[in-house]
Amino acid sequence: MTTTAPAGAAAPPQPPSATPAAPRRSRSLTRGGGLFVLPFLVVFALFLVWPVVQGLWMSLTDASLSLRGTEFVGFANYTEAFGDPDVWSSLGNTVFFTVISCVPLVLVALAMALLVHSGLAGQWVWRLAYFAPYLLPVTVVTLIWTWLYQPDIGLGNQLLTSLGMEPVGWLSDESVAMWSVAALTVWWTVGFNFLLYLAALQSLPVTYDEAAALDGAGAWRRLWSVTLPQLRHTTVLVAMLQVLASLKVFDQIYILTKGGPNGSTRPILEYVYDVGFTGYRLGYASAVSYIFFAIVIVVSVLQLRFFRQEG
Amino acid sequence: MSAISTPVRRPRRPRREESGSPLLLGHGRLPKVLAGSTLTVLAAVWLLPFLWAVATSLQSEQDVMKSGLSPFKGAFTLSAYRQILDRGNVPAWAFNSLFISVLVTVLTTAVSTLAAYGFSRGTFRGRRTLLAITVAAIMVPPQLLIVPLFEQMTMFHLVDTYTAVILPQVVAPMMVFILKRFFDGIPRELEDAARIDGASELRVFTSIVLPLSRPIVAAVAIFVFIGAWNNFMWPFIVTNDPDLMTLPVGLATVKDAYGIQYAQSMASALLAALPLIVMFLLFQRRIVNSVATTGLGGG
Repeated sequence: MTTTAPAGAAAPPQPPSATPAAPRRSRSLTRGGGLFVLPFLVVFALFLVWPVVQGLWMSLTDASLSLRGTEFVGFANYTEAFGDPDVWSSLGNTVFFTVISCVPLVLVALAMALLVHSGLAGQWVWRLAYFAPYLLPVTVVTLIWTWLYQPDIGLGNQLLTSLGMEPVGWLSDESVAMWSVAALTVWWTVGFNFLLYLAALQSLPVTYDEAAALDGAGAWRRLWSVTLPQLRHTTVLVAMLQVLASLKVFDQIYILTKGGPNGSTRPILEYVYDVGFTGYRLGYASAVSYIFFAIVIVVSVLQLRFFRQEG
Repeated sequence: MSAISTPVRRPRRPRREESGSPLLLGHGRLPKVLAGSTLTVLAAVWLLPFLWAVATSLQSEQDVMKSGLSPFKGAFTLSAYRQILDRGNVPAWAFNSLFISVLVTVLTTAVSTLAAYGFSRGTFRGRRTLLAITVAAIMVPPQLLIVPLFEQMTMFHLVDTYTAVILPQVVAPMMVFILKRFFDGIPRELEDAARIDGASELRVFTSIVLPLSRPIVAAVAIFVFIGAWNNFMWPFIVTNDPDLMTLPVGLATVKDAYGIQYAQSMASALLAALPLIVMFLLFQRRIVNSVATTGLGGG
């Protein structure tokens, strides 16, 4: 049931009712619960807050992997980034990937969940088939797909040629490569969205559906007018999470194509990685990642507003 | 018309919710056949890459290179698996993956559960501010932290250690948030009785709140484990020593080193996937339910 609440939204700070019932002894023992939070706060401060602050600082310096002689350079990295064509092209790739991956990742997941929920036998088989790829480590996924995309003996081209079609340069053709990455990503991660939808469907009250059926509404009618509207919140959640996840694409692309051919699949995060760890320009890499972070925040805020208005 | 028959189905309810909504397809034969065949085709498409990988891993390298749509172009053999296990680092990587994932899971779950309880029931100063910062941190893309974290690890001389791989993964604001929301929903009356009896907060937590929260804690643990097992970018960046690599990282290096030895690549890929597939088969229902209750997985 909790699926319907957009989990990304700010925490509703419940009035804590001040628990006057809490006896003084326990208060002194744990300092009002502070000790419970302490271990988390330590790791949180060390491995999240500090790197965020340090990264922001680094983005204002010319820090490099060789460490010595870091100098404060102000906003130079940022100005450079805005004029850097590679930043723009990798951002463009990221947006393109987000668009072509999110649409099927939401729609296919919804279709799968509706079909599985429709009461056919063998539920666990479907669940396993659709969700299993999500369990695979990224390297395994890319290994399997490198094999399928293999130009000569890969399954993809063999299927095409056996149907009398021209073989495709799945990963070598600039206009195709990103679609190949998206196909892999849909196969790999759709299972999670599918489970979110399935869980939502299972928690829907049957009464509306029953009432509509008694009123003589057919299956399609009930799907459009009863079930889908009830899934609205889940769709909002799935779409928002998916957009944010797709914007952060890196792993599968890095392993599959290293951003190639000719930079056509290089997402912004790979550019950050390339600049920082291959080009050793950590300061510049930080600046680019902060620009990306700003974009992520803007996108999330826009999404929240958009969906609030819709509702 | 046939909708009248719905109440008759009631007695079948106890068979868990397996049957889904019988209403969705109506009672005609055609929609069922259509839905069934769509499901089957989709499932086949989804399983095909898997089956192809399995078939490839069970052949010799030479046979794999023969073209032909039949999955088996030559004799069935386990040689790829034998070669991997004999000379590869796969067993060591599997151990690293397991060791790291288990530690990450235990630490993250413990730290997050405690923190969530503190945030939910605590009265300490700055509680709200700290909670707000934690929730805001959910927005930070983990990739943003990679560069400064690496710097930090270099500074502490922790590059190429288990510590460096594990500790940063223990920070899971999302899990704290999910758990806190769950704890908020547990009525305080249950605890107040114990508090009046003089139980310490820790006692209240371990003997009242935790037992009530077992499903959600299990869900969090499962997703932390999947996330840790599959984590690629951070272990990849912070380990160079092949003996310390996790399976996903190690496999990425194998792919580059072995080039086109597909049978071995597939065999090692499947070995790496096996533990999670087994886990899914064992905990299927729990995983599905946990997605339902948390609404989220992964990091």
